[in-house]
Amino acid sequence: MSGLGQRLTALVTGDAQADRVVPPSGVTARLTGFAAAAMAFLTVFALALSLASGRLAARWGDELAHSSTLRISAPAGQMAEQTARALRVLETTPGIASARALTHEEQRALLAPWFGPDLPIETLPVPQLIEIAETETGYDATGLRLRLRAEVPGAVLDDHVRWRKPLERAAARLRLLGWLSILLISAATAAMITLAAQAALAANAQVIAVLRLVGAQDAYIARAFVRRFTLRALGGAALGTALGMAAVLLLPAAQPEGGFLTGLGFRGVDWVWPVLIPPLAALVAYLATGAAARRTLSELS
Amino acid sequence: MIELENMAYSYGGGELLSDISLKLSPGSFHFLTGPSGAGKTTFLKLCYGALVPTSGEVRLFGQEVREMSRDDHALTRRRIGVVHQDCQFLDHLPMADNVALPLTVSGRDNLDHLSDLKELLSWVGLSKRAEALPPTLSGGERQRAALARAVIMSPDVVLADEPTGNVDWDMSQRLLRLLIELNRMGKTIMIATHDLNLIRAAKNQVQARVLRIAGRKLQLAGADL
Repeated sequence: MSGLGQRLTALVTGDAQADRVVPPSGVTARLTGFAAAAMAFLTVFALALSLASGRLAARWGDELAHSSTLRISAPAGQMAEQTARALRVLETTPGIASARALTHEEQRALLAPWFGPDLPIETLPVPQLIEIAETETGYDATGLRLRLRAEVPGAVLDDHVRWRKPLERAAARLRLLGWLSILLISAATAAMITLAAQAALAANAQVIAVLRLVGAQDAYIARAFVRRFTLRALGGAALGTALGMAAVLLLPAAQPEGGFLTGLGFRGVDWVWPVLIPPLAALVAYLATGAAARRTLSELS
Repeated sequence: MIELENMAYSYGGGELLSDISLKLSPGSFHFLTGPSGAGKTTFLKLCYGALVPTSGEVRLFGQEVREMSRDDHALTRRRIGVVHQDCQFLDHLPMADNVALPLTVSGRDNLDHLSDLKELLSWVGLSKRAEALPPTLSGGERQRAALARAVIMSPDVVLADEPTGNVDWDMSQRLLRLLIELNRMGKTIMIATHDLNLIRAAKNQVQARVLRIAGRKLQLAGADL
């Protein structure tokens, strides 16, 4: 078994005799548990934010990436002819799966939020909209615009790029912020546990002196403190994670009209991610306490 | 096993010990005496590597102390039992666990050595106080517990700093007899004490060298003792 494996095994199995040489937990060890619980709780939310941002970016990308809209503005007498011509152009364009002119009812429904349901759309000079569905490979937008300019002068092609890109960028930034938050929380946890471990070691200088007097090696002394703080962090983080997951579970379910906020949560295998928080917190505590113990024992020699 | 060669030790800008050479041979018995503040405790600390000399050399079992790592020091202390004047226990552990502490920190299972521990506690007369916490022990009980802890690893050398400092005469005699018994088992003993009556009492029971720290030097004490 590797050295690290042996150390982790020893950490988990423990040594009842060795555990007793360090005096019963003081306030620093209890604070470590509390800090780990609070940080794990926050990490669950940062993780939920990050994963939701990722899903949002994917959804926005998928929804907008493979569809376009053609808008035809023409005098009333030419509208039907230009629409038919545009549909012919679109049907013969490689990369377009289908193209369909919206009905008056569909266009009325689109405008209903602003003008109400009874808009007399047939009598108004409202542009005709054509919904375009793309194939996986997509079409050449520049070439299509040139053809449309020549054959349908009143047509304006909107391939959604100007909408999609900023939204995708925003979602990516949001996801980055989520991961950055997790990193900062991990660093803050390590800093707090380091301070707590240093305080505990300094408060037990007399215990360390006695242990050294009877022949204890630094690794033995460090192990006694590291195990205590690691288990405290593990327990605290497990509690904080459980509370965080429960809080996320109780968030309102995602609604189409709720937008981004109601989609904050975990879906499917996403629930595995927060389960990793307690062991990672324990690992952070193990490394932080180990480094603090080595430094303090070196200073106390 | 413990060798000092032209050793000097300075503290706070002044020289406390100067040009000291000594070799503790196996099975020897030494008293170290001198007035309070002469440097007896410092001398003992130099003898087990808790302090490093300012100049000269201290070799513990062949290793020069300056070249020893902290782990080397820890391993050496398993071969040198130390009885401190203030005993130094872990107050949250029962006395028996404190006595067994050298076994615990060396990774040995206390249960494997349970009979040795019981025998040792009986030897120092503390069998009935095994579960008592150190703060509840009397001065004599603490000294005997410290002695038991110092010898549980069967060290080659026992260094005792004023082991009878806080106990009455009868208890002093009892502790002395325990140390003499250890010496008869082949252990090297050095006792730092300012109690000349204890040294005189020991003269009839063991062949001991009496060393005195005076004027920063280590001298062989004369017949005035």
